[in-house]
Amino acid sequence: MSFSDKFELVCGVETHVEMATKTKIFCGCSTEFGGEQNTHVCPVCLGLPGVLPVLNKEVVNLAIKAGLALNCIIAEYSKFDRKNYYYPDLPKNYQTSQYDLPICKNGWLEINTPCGKKKIGITRVHMEEDAGKLVHSGETITTSKSSGVDYNRAGVPLLEIVSEPDLRSVDEVLAYLEELVQIMDYAGISDCRMEQGSVRFDVNVSLRPRGSSEFGTRTEIKNLNSFNSVRRCLEYESERQAELLLKGEKVEQETRTWDEGQGITLSLRSKEEAHDYRYFPEPDLVPIIIEREWVERIRASLSELPAAKRERLKSLGLSEYDAAVLTSSKAMADYFDEAFTFGVDAKTLANWIMGDLSALLKIDGCSFENSPVSPRQLAGLLNLIKDGTISGKIAKAVLEEIYKTGKDPEVIVKEKGLAQISDAGALEKIVEGVLAANTKSVEDYLAGKETALGYLVGQVMKATQGRANPGLVNKLLKEKLSR
Amino acid sequence: MKISRKEVEHVALLARLKLSEEEINLYTEQLNSILEYAAKIQEIDTENVAPTAHAAQLFNVFREDEVKPSLAQEKVLENAPEAENGFFRVPRIV
Repeated sequence: MSFSDKFELVCGVETHVEMATKTKIFCGCSTEFGGEQNTHVCPVCLGLPGVLPVLNKEVVNLAIKAGLALNCIIAEYSKFDRKNYYYPDLPKNYQTSQYDLPICKNGWLEINTPCGKKKIGITRVHMEEDAGKLVHSGETITTSKSSGVDYNRAGVPLLEIVSEPDLRSVDEVLAYLEELVQIMDYAGISDCRMEQGSVRFDVNVSLRPRGSSEFGTRTEIKNLNSFNSVRRCLEYESERQAELLLKGEKVEQETRTWDEGQGITLSLRSKEEAHDYRYFPEPDLVPIIIEREWVERIRASLSELPAAKRERLKSLGLSEYDAAVLTSSKAMADYFDEAFTFGVDAKTLANWIMGDLSALLKIDGCSFENSPVSPRQLAGLLNLIKDGTISGKIAKAVLEEIYKTGKDPEVIVKEKGLAQISDAGALEKIVEGVLAANTKSVEDYLAGKETALGYLVGQVMKATQGRANPGLVNKLLKEKLSR
Repeated sequence: MKISRKEVEHVALLARLKLSEEEINLYTEQLNSILEYAAKIQEIDTENVAPTAHAAQLFNVFREDEVKPSLAQEKVLENAPEAENGFFRVPRIV
């Protein structure tokens, strides 16, 4: 059964992004991932009595930058508030967050849908601190006797980005999330390491009969940490709600959790009464006043965003698909840009980056940021093909050699004697030898069997270890055979 | 009465306080007298005054993004009622 014939999905997403600062939001502890438990903590992030938080200026800079990248209005006056709840991942029993005066609001980003471009509203972007990590000792969270708490992550700066409920299909949600994460990556707001949990999503899901303009009752599913989990969770939850509605039952407004192993969402109803956050202004932190000049300074430092980059790549003659793949990570897009400055054909370059080089990097789990083949070396390799020094086939072998040794392509071609044989005199002898040794194929060809020519070309390539200029070989063979 | 018994019970639950019947009655009464006293401030005309979150005329106090030494793990756990393998140990949560 599919819900989509009868119902339309209505979805909004809250995205939590860990910001790329060196230190925590209110103290000088390192934000580095993977430290031994409870070693990146101090009296401030432990919430010991009498300590005072001091806001990290870089957090505000990055928040303004994120707001600009998402076309938001940057608040002239902003403040922090306490969000009170009782859970051991928060040493203070409250999270320092922003309530009624977030730093950014009323923005949008654009996604591609089958029906063209669509703007998705961004309600607000606010700054807050991350919580600690709970490690459960027993089999599962509900059977363990006790939990261990590591506060290394407590106080790591987060941006919470809240979308409008503008998303109408699972594909739209995914397109929105991918675009958002790309923007955060490009603007340098976050390193967006999904596998380290530096981006997490809460989705609000409801269904309504197709054609209706009112919203149905929604559920909120918290703490999804990959695109794949979001997709599976949304597919499950919309089917679940559709089944209830088709049976004439009501969807309960509640918070649910995603069980990755079972692939289902579960009610967290037991905690509903505790969700009374009693926000009030944080007395320990003074307000922030952001003058125009500060915003403009940040705007000037904003690098090219993915949408603009895709358009620019398309203007170089690349297809929509190529532009999308190349810009899927900032590192890959930067690699392309740098290599392109060495005067190579855009399409050829794109093919090599997306094809052979990507494949090599993937084997070792390397990224374009630390590619053993530099953009200059790849461009050099393509120029060797272009000027006829080597064939495309030999170039693949040279690429692997650059990857392994770090040597320049020109050096490898010289050392290994890989330069293409384009000397007609030298090739002519080889061609004659091949013809003399393959009289059967020659007869076949002369009898009208065109494919025999391919075999003869192959023999010449074999005799030259692939170094013969293929165009010239073809030409010479045809000349000889027509006599 | 500004605050009901029920609200006192709710706030006690949120603060993880277990109150006896007498305590609930006592605190309801006491909280109400405090709130009534504080309500005096409502008599002031604030028609043309912008909402204020902070009384001090201070703003934009920042620190630079520079790493400072953290505490040693044994120091961190020194006051913990229970600790294990470098973690704080807390009772089962859910």
